[in-house]
Amino acid sequence: MNVPLIIFFVLAAMCVLGAVSLILQRHPIHSALSLIVVMVALAGLYLLMGAEFVAAVQIIVYGGAIMVLFVFVIMLLNAGVEERTNMSKLAGFAGIPLAVALTGFLAAAVARSADASQGPLVAGAVAPTKTLSMLLFQDFVYPFELTSFLILIAILGAIVLAQPEK
Amino acid sequence: MVPTHYFVILSAVLFGLGVIAFIFKRNIIAVFMAIELMLNAVNLAFVAFSQLWHRLDGQVFVLFVIVVAAAEAAVGLGIIILIFHNRQSLNVERIDQLKL
Repeated sequence: MNVPLIIFFVLAAMCVLGAVSLILQRHPIHSALSLIVVMVALAGLYLLMGAEFVAAVQIIVYGGAIMVLFVFVIMLLNAGVEERTNMSKLAGFAGIPLAVALTGFLAAAVARSADASQGPLVAGAVAPTKTLSMLLFQDFVYPFELTSFLILIAILGAIVLAQPEK
Repeated sequence: MVPTHYFVILSAVLFGLGVIAFIFKRNIIAVFMAIELMLNAVNLAFVAFSQLWHRLDGQVFVLFVIVVAAAEAAVGLGIIILIFHNRQSLNVERIDQLKL
């Protein structure tokens, strides 16, 4: 057992436990806090792989901005404990087996392709942030500009939606 | 070092948990959080394969996915607030106007 493997298993356990807790918690604010645990653990995994910039963006944008927005809305709407209703029979019977089967197929298919290509990854072999920014602002400059339009439209949409009714 | 397929299997497990949360949660905000969880799982796979093939395109894609997730959260939460004002409920079972 080398040290990166131990770190991986600790962070992976945090991820999975956070996700399970998101499902089991009845109160939305507890679900949101579980999701923050998942996101911070994922940022740790990105650092482990040597993707520092993505890890920082994960913490700032996901852990900071998006989750604060979620918590804000939960507080604004004063969302209480989730009420239990009778779910449809199809979801009750087939939901979990089908989801587990989907996970299994996904994991098997993608892990085989990861195995076939190369060996273990070397942390920090690539991904200095400078190279990433070069790629983002040269090869991907048009998609990057398009995302700014997307953000603009999203802001306009949010403003229009939040307008008080006349 | 950590083999790549560990990361990929973790990503698939997180995606599956996201699907389960999406199916079983009744609160519309929690359903929205399940979507964010699935997006995060996909991001993990992107970064793992990006490191495996020593190409940074995957990480650029992760940045785009994060941008789209942020835009989606802004618009989606606006829609959730509107739904709450119209129906006084966050339960997805109550939002059934399109149901036959």
